[in-house]
Amino acid sequence: MPTIKTTEGPLWRKRTPLKQWLVWAGWLIGLCITVYAWQLISEKTIWMFVFDAPSQMADIGTRMAPPDWSYMSKLWRPVWDTLNIATIGTAIAMVMAVPIAFLAAHNTTPHKSVRAAMLFIIVASRSVNSLIWALLLVVIVGPGVLAGTIAIGIRSIGGCAKLIYESIEEIDQKQVEAIKATGGSGAQQMIYGIVPQILPTIAGVGVFRWDINVRGSTILGIVGAGGIGIQLSASINVLAWTQVSTILIVILGTVFVSEYISAKVRGAII
Amino acid sequence: MTEASSHYAETWKKPHFIKSSLLRYSIYFGTVTYFFLAIYTMEVNWTRVAEGIPRGADMISKFFPPDLSDSRGVILDGILESIWMAVISTIGGILLSVPIGLGAARNLAPTWIYLFCRGIIAVSRTFPAVILAIFSVKFFGFGPFAGFVALSIETIGFFAKLLAEDIENMSKSQAEAVKATGASWLQWINYAIQPQVLPRMIGLSMYRLDINFRESAVVGIVGAGGIGAHLLTSVQRYEYATTATVLFSIIAIVIMLEYTSGYLRKWVQ
Repeated sequence: MPTIKTTEGPLWRKRTPLKQWLVWAGWLIGLCITVYAWQLISEKTIWMFVFDAPSQMADIGTRMAPPDWSYMSKLWRPVWDTLNIATIGTAIAMVMAVPIAFLAAHNTTPHKSVRAAMLFIIVASRSVNSLIWALLLVVIVGPGVLAGTIAIGIRSIGGCAKLIYESIEEIDQKQVEAIKATGGSGAQQMIYGIVPQILPTIAGVGVFRWDINVRGSTILGIVGAGGIGIQLSASINVLAWTQVSTILIVILGTVFVSEYISAKVRGAII
Repeated sequence: MTEASSHYAETWKKPHFIKSSLLRYSIYFGTVTYFFLAIYTMEVNWTRVAEGIPRGADMISKFFPPDLSDSRGVILDGILESIWMAVISTIGGILLSVPIGLGAARNLAPTWIYLFCRGIIAVSRTFPAVILAIFSVKFFGFGPFAGFVALSIETIGFFAKLLAEDIENMSKSQAEAVKATGASWLQWINYAIQPQVLPRMIGLSMYRLDINFRESAVVGIVGAGGIGAHLLTSVQRYEYATTATVLFSIIAIVIMLEYTSGYLRKWVQ
């Protein structure tokens, strides 16, 4: 710890002078980036609209209250669709992710080139948002729940496979060797040596991903890929604000319930 | 000893994950019923799907080679806008998260502040960025400012929550030691709490920048600035070579960001 000698005795400081200067320089760079980025954004902003925002908020706020509860009866089906998109999408993703994870983990992969290819699939699936996948899939399979389900599935493969292959790489190799020592074949080593060790992870990842996907599937309707997003964007387009507030409350409820279920199930597994 | 017990078991079966067979079979039955119902009610127009498969093949064939000419000069502009939008909303979100995160830590804040801050976090975590973006476009008009507001709010939900949890899990003895020296509240935060949470928070802010870029690439679909608008236009105009350019640049930037943030996180910790 640096201390500075003064006439009144040693004075304690958190950092040495050089370190302190480096910290200040870091702050300066950060400030420059902030100012530059802010300038770019503000150039493209029509400030008149921004200053108008409080009155807009008040206006839309008053129009949104009270929620149109009679509209609820038309929302059960979209909620069911939304949950199905999330659940079937997650199921598809998990079915695909487990083999991909085994091919991608360095201790179970058959070859380095296979590992590289699988890592590429994982990254590509993870980097593109499910809304973009849905946009493309609506063109291919047509608007509806199927496009949304496949989009959620494709987007989730990467996320699930990444977590699973990391846990495969962290397993206790001794258990696999023990199975090998009894004369177990490659498949038996995998089923009795590796799978029991990663099963809790697989289940945990599935539930965790399902929770994320419920949230994600509420918006897919904006590009026509099914779920409650269709009603949301339709109601916003016709400025039916009381219906919008009902839909938002329903989404809020769905997300809270899914988060609660996911937390409970994960607590039971792990 | 009886005859039976003198034999060793000659076969072995893996014990079941769920021991009670009634519970096990009812879970199997419930799962199968659910998937049957879900798929049964899905309403898929199979003729449309069949028509779509050649369209999909056509789309993918037009992806290669991607149209790199960027004839209207909008793609580069849109991508840069997305990047800067991600940067500024990460910074803005973190600046707002610090007070909210401190307020949401059970061991720092009085109950009413704690509940208020936790409420903000819960609401901002619930809605996906795109829904927030729809509303901020309504409030603030089209353009990247709306995206900035939406992504900053999303960042609060993520960052403030993790900051609060980190503060709640900190080592109490250090905090008490600093307090025992007679430090003021600000000094206490600065010298006892900040050093304990800072390394992880720097890592998390890099991670959040990564997420914010991914999100900033889609909020344009609802008019909140960035590359998303051009992506939507190119798909609607069947300009799939342009779509491919946008998609591949998003993937490339995300991979780059992920490596940089992974490297920085290792360096910090």
